[in-house]
Amino acid sequence: MRSLQSEPALSLAPQIQRRPRRPFDWSTATIGVVVSAAAGFVYLRDGQARFLEILKTDFSLFIDMQPKVLAACLIAALVAVLLPREQMSRWVGAESGFLGLLIGTFAGVILPGGPITIFPVAGAFLAVGADVGVAIAFITSWTLLGYSRALVWELPIFGLDFMIWRSIVAIPLPIIAGILGRLVLRFLARRDARE
Amino acid sequence: MIILVDIFLWSLDAVLMVVAAVHGSAVLRASAREGAVDYLKLIPRIFIGVVGSGYLAEMLPQELVARWLGPDSGAMGVAIAVLGGAFTPGGPVVGFSIGAAALKGGAGAPQVIAYVSAWALFAVQRVFMWEIPIMPARLVWLRVAASLPLPFLAAAGAMLLGRP
Repeated sequence: MRSLQSEPALSLAPQIQRRPRRPFDWSTATIGVVVSAAAGFVYLRDGQARFLEILKTDFSLFIDMQPKVLAACLIAALVAVLLPREQMSRWVGAESGFLGLLIGTFAGVILPGGPITIFPVAGAFLAVGADVGVAIAFITSWTLLGYSRALVWELPIFGLDFMIWRSIVAIPLPIIAGILGRLVLRFLARRDARE
Repeated sequence: MIILVDIFLWSLDAVLMVVAAVHGSAVLRASAREGAVDYLKLIPRIFIGVVGSGYLAEMLPQELVARWLGPDSGAMGVAIAVLGGAFTPGGPVVGFSIGAAALKGGAGAPQVIAYVSAWALFAVQRVFMWEIPIMPARLVWLRVAASLPLPFLAAAGAMLLGRP
C-alpha cells in the first residue's frame, strides 16, 4: 500500500483501514474445535465409511470454490484501491429522497468486495451528506443482493434455484430497511427534542 | 452455469486489472498481491467452514429440524430460524452451509431464507467484529433495528410466492 500513497490519481480516496486478517484467530479456532468435535462424533456414530463420504463430497465442493474465491479476493482488493469513493458518495449523497434509496440499493447490488470495502463506502456516503436511510439501504442491499457473496458462496452451497428465489424475495428489502431507518431516526429525534 | 460464474468473475478481474494498470504497474502489483494474500489467508477458514459444516449438518437432529423448522412450523419456525441466524458465528461459509444442511434435513424454504437473511443482516459476531470498529455506533444500531423485520418479510415473501 505504501507505493500507492504517492500515486496522485488515487490520492483523493482515503486510505482504507485494513484490519489485519490473520490466517487463524480465536473465532476460527472456536469453529475449528466445534467442527472437529462434530467430525469425531459422526465418525464414532456412523462409522468410517460415512465419515469419508462426507469428507469427499465437501472436499470437492471446497476445490470447486477455489477459483471463485480467488477471483473475488482479487476483485475486492482492486476495487478497494480503484473505487472513486468521493465521486461516488457525491453522486449518492446528492439524492436523499426515495430516489436516494433506489440509488443506494443499486450501488449495493453492483459494488463487489467484502466488508472491508462496503463499510468505509457507507461511511463516506454519510460524510458527504447522504442521509442514514441511503446508507442503510446500501449496506442492506450489499448484504442481501450483492452478487459477489451470492455467486461465490451461496451458489455453490445452495444451488441456483434457492439463490434466485431468495434474491427475488429480497429485492424490496433494502428500500424497506432504508425507510424504517429514517422512521426510527425521526422517532429518536422527536423523543430527544421532548426531553 | 457454474462455469459462467467463473467466467463472469474473472472477466471482471481482467477489466479491473486493466484499469489498475492504467493507474500504474505499482498499483496493479500492490493490489493483486494484496488480493492473493487475502485469498491464501482465507483458505484454512474456507476449508474448516466447508468441510466442517458437512459434519455439523450430519449432526443436526433431523427430527428436531423438521419439527421446529419444517414447512408446517409457520411463523414460530421463522422466529426460531431468525434467532439461530443471529447467533451463528463464522464467515460466509458457515451460515450458508448450515442453512443448506437444514434444508436437506427437512426445514422449510421460507424458514431457511429467514435463517440465511438474519445471519447475513445481523449476525452478532460480525456486527461486533466488523461493523462497530468501522462505522459510527449509532448508525450500526439504527441499521440493525431497521433490519429486524426483514428476515420475517423475506420468509413471508417466500411463502406468498410458494417458491423455491
